[in-house]
Amino acid sequence: MQNYHGARRQITLIYLDNAATSWPKPPQVAESMNRYMNICGGNPGRSGHKLSLEAGRVVYETRELVAELFSSPDPLRVILTNNATHALNIAIKGILKPGDKVVTTAVEHNSVMRPLRALESCGVEVVIAPCSTDGALDMSAFQNAVSSGAKLAVVNHASNVTGTLQDISKATEIAHKAGALILIDAAQAAGVMPINMQKMGIDLLAFTGHKGPLGPQGTGGLVIGENVDTSVMSTIMEGGTGSRSDSERQPEDLPDKYEAGTPNGVGIAGLGAGIKFVLDQGVDDIHRHYMELFRLIVDGLTSIPRVRVYGTKDAKNSVAVVSFTVDGLRVSDIGLRLDEEYEIMARVGLHCAPAAHRTASTFPEGTVRFAPGIFTTPSDIEQAIEAVRNIAQS
Amino acid sequence: MSIFGVVVLPNTSAALKTEKTLQNAGLDIKAIPTPREFSNDCGIAIRFQWGDELQVRQILGDGAIEFTGIYRMR
Repeated sequence: MQNYHGARRQITLIYLDNAATSWPKPPQVAESMNRYMNICGGNPGRSGHKLSLEAGRVVYETRELVAELFSSPDPLRVILTNNATHALNIAIKGILKPGDKVVTTAVEHNSVMRPLRALESCGVEVVIAPCSTDGALDMSAFQNAVSSGAKLAVVNHASNVTGTLQDISKATEIAHKAGALILIDAAQAAGVMPINMQKMGIDLLAFTGHKGPLGPQGTGGLVIGENVDTSVMSTIMEGGTGSRSDSERQPEDLPDKYEAGTPNGVGIAGLGAGIKFVLDQGVDDIHRHYMELFRLIVDGLTSIPRVRVYGTKDAKNSVAVVSFTVDGLRVSDIGLRLDEEYEIMARVGLHCAPAAHRTASTFPEGTVRFAPGIFTTPSDIEQAIEAVRNIAQS
Repeated sequence: MSIFGVVVLPNTSAALKTEKTLQNAGLDIKAIPTPREFSNDCGIAIRFQWGDELQVRQILGDGAIEFTGIYRMR
């Protein structure tokens, strides 16, 4: 997208690790954080003076922007968290109790698998629905698993290993027919493609702020749909909220119930600026940009002998995250050469998602992952492909 | 002397949502520290002209904003 390229800094390196964290950020993000630190200053929601109010307004406006990004009607049901993992833990541990059953997929990140495994040892039944080697969820297996009394389904929107998207509307329909709630891990999908919680029927959506939404690290959120009864969703942390201070019990009102302690105000200010940038550019246009880059990466890599590309090759069914290996070469060596010889930043290994790598048959060696960002140009991709070609031929 | 009303809300996020909603409706309002005689709920309450009470109640109802109470104050 031409207008993005103009905003890019004078950098010679090629950063293809946006699935780990997006970089660079739009300059508005740091500007907003700087303004918050130097001008707002107060504790959002703890006092009634001007500086506290100004800080509170910045935080509230970010809630509104999050609600707009995901087409969720009520900003008060946006719980601001430290990251997607934090949001996933609030939902998973808040909803599931010993004796409950949860269904998830075979491509989940450890941000989902580790809390589920921890609950499993406390008497929660965890069922993993299988996926194809491309990473697509087997919907009939998912339906069978959910239909036998599951309380919750946890589904990865887009894989951080292969980029493969799940059919979320279909998954929510299946879950709701079975009377289960559905939690979507949108860590890789948020900000890079349209997500409409209402149309897609998503009950709970966890996202991180520092990837597609272009905010700083240490931000994220859980968006709770209107039909989720939070009176039966317990808390994983309690503490001061600035509200109902006469009581020693955690308040039931949202968002305070799940937001104990002073929030990351400066980070939230940056997150708001990042999401505003995304909304101003247009999520549909951004999605087209990513699909174009995905096609360039897949077409380029598949043209190189000895290179294997994992996951779907169809841009409509993927975010711009592509995993590959080169026969006969260690992924760590490829990563090192890309970095040292070509100034190309990519992540190699298991990407905190052993389940997804098992599904893709790339466990335990892992893969090299290319994940372009909003400022990545087609020329960057051409250079990266040429670098892989040289490495593969050497 | 002006007669004001005050909307007390369960938390700051709800108070800021109310502030924005009433402001967008063109009402003369102000976010103030919650008068202690009304509530310990939240640090911020929204003050309005008491003459606008019915309109305030209507807007809060339309916006499905849950409030703790609406009080008259001098």
